Amino acid sequence: MMGGVCIKFGDSVNTDVIIPGRYLVSIDPVELAKHAFEPLGPEIQGQLRRSQIIVAGSNFGCGSAREQAASCLVGAGIKAVIAKSFARVFFRNSINTGLLAIVCPEAVDAIADGGELAIDMATGAVTVGDKTFHFDPYPESLQSIIDAGGLIPYVAKHVLSAGEVRKNG
Amino acid sequence: MAKTFAEKVLARAAGLAEVSSGQVVDVYPHLIMSHAASWRCIKTLEKLGTDKLYDVDRIAMVMDHNSPARTAKTADDQKLCRAFAEQKGIKKFYDIDAGIAHVVLIEDGYVRPGMVLIGTDSHTTIYGALGAAGTGVGFSEVTAAWVSGFLWMRVPDSIKVVINGPLARGTTAKDVMLKLIGDLTADGATYCSVEFHGSYLQGLSVSERMTLCNLAMELGCKFAYVPPDAVTRVYLSERGVGPGDYQEIHPDPDATYIRTVVIEGAQLEPQIACPHTVDNVKPIGAVAGKKVDQVFIGSCTNAKYEDLAQAAAILKGHKVAPGVRLIVTPASKKILERIIKEGIYSTFLESGALLTNPGCGACAGDGGSMADGEVTLSTANRNFQGRMGSYSAEIYLGSPLVAAATAIRGVITDPREFLSKEG
Repeated sequence: MMGGVCIKFGDSVNTDVIIPGRYLVSIDPVELAKHAFEPLGPEIQGQLRRSQIIVAGSNFGCGSAREQAASCLVGAGIKAVIAKSFARVFFRNSINTGLLAIVCPEAVDAIADGGELAIDMATGAVTVGDKTFHFDPYPESLQSIIDAGGLIPYVAKHVLSAGEVRKNG
Repeated sequence: MAKTFAEKVLARAAGLAEVSSGQVVDVYPHLIMSHAASWRCIKTLEKLGTDKLYDVDRIAMVMDHNSPARTAKTADDQKLCRAFAEQKGIKKFYDIDAGIAHVVLIEDGYVRPGMVLIGTDSHTTIYGALGAAGTGVGFSEVTAAWVSGFLWMRVPDSIKVVINGPLARGTTAKDVMLKLIGDLTADGATYCSVEFHGSYLQGLSVSERMTLCNLAMELGCKFAYVPPDAVTRVYLSERGVGPGDYQEIHPDPDATYIRTVVIEGAQLEPQIACPHTVDNVKPIGAVAGKKVDQVFIGSCTNAKYEDLAQAAAILKGHKVAPGVRLIVTPASKKILERIIKEGIYSTFLESGALLTNPGCGACAGDGGSMADGEVTLSTANRNFQGRMGSYSAEIYLGSPLVAAATAIRGVITDPREFLSKEG
């Protein structure tokens, strides 16, 4: 179980708003976090710092393939993003950086900005107040990347240690 | 069972007899591209503690986003890439002079029908122009694929887009796509493979096919695809790539699509994407007259030879409006060479344009920044807030024809005002 306070956004929050391109010179999540959501102003940035969960509408993370859109949120102390839907590259980058990306539209509708929620990955449940909403748990392959702490630790642990990789056309 | 392009291409790259949409498979991409993000991949590889690469000949690196370097940090990042390429023997390494990765790799014949390609850039979907499956991933994923050779992919559902041609006067592949993105919205094809079909494609240039597949990403798609045909084969043979060097993949006629969309080219008008989302699309009549401070003709979407030639044809004999900045950034060095040779470069200069070195330039926020409250009309693929300088500036997207007409008038202008009735 994990959980915390949420910051809530609307639909179509894009990568350039999450982390402007001018800051991609860094790959340090903590350094990047200083500029997360900068186009939306210091108030939003302050609230982000006090939150553990991002709640968003549809197509969160649309736009660029920049991995820093996910890693800057990790640097800001965000543990999970719950959205009505995700852009596909953002979803991949989230899993690969160890950030939970959860599709649960009912939970998004049920929670208010600044509210508290709890997530149970094992059963695929989000709890908001006295209501519980269900989502499809990750397939085993994705869960094992999350469990390893991201794709690079996963590759180190499972791929490199497996010895010779198979060849394929 | 009848299969889509996506199902066939992923089955082949996964070494399986067949796959179906929804299935998760380990896919071995034929080409792994990284651009300005290459140094991040190298640093990640160091962190991984291995120097073993699956197949160095599948790696392509292009220094396109911030070139030439304007800070010591960027210079240092590029130095790292140069040394890495040298040390590992990466033959497909392109330095700061080459241009935009997508355009350069297509121009040099490295992108072929039936391939699967990944890249550290969302617009990697552009490779569908030659019947290949391209998709964007993050830098960790590229690093992992360098080492393991594969990555997981979910076999996507497919959407069929039928474009009936020819297009109406004054419209281009850019207008087709902006109309489609406006109609379907920015997540209209999320996680899907978009297949283009229809009479418009017959004889269509590779340049316009690239524009279709590049912008398809703004629908959220995973792949975009134009079926390879005689145009594809001629384009490749001009680059020394013969039919024996690739295997075309065509969808079965009765394959299953989750959605079919039809666009009537004859009814199309020039389209504009308004701030700050690419799906905020309006016909040009709704925004004509909007004052601009800057016009940018550049990017992997619309700075290819044909795009620049079209814009120059309108600009010829005209001057850029007083107080307006016109920035032209050719997509590649080869395009730059050709426009110099054909006098197009001079046409731009005489009109009052600034020509920059080939690359991503202002599209990636490298030059061409705007002050507070300024407005740019751009031929690029994205108009997100803050992408070109101030967070309070605005970006409108349109075709190279719209860009040229707008530069002359200083306000967003319908290019049909500059075209003959026949044109």
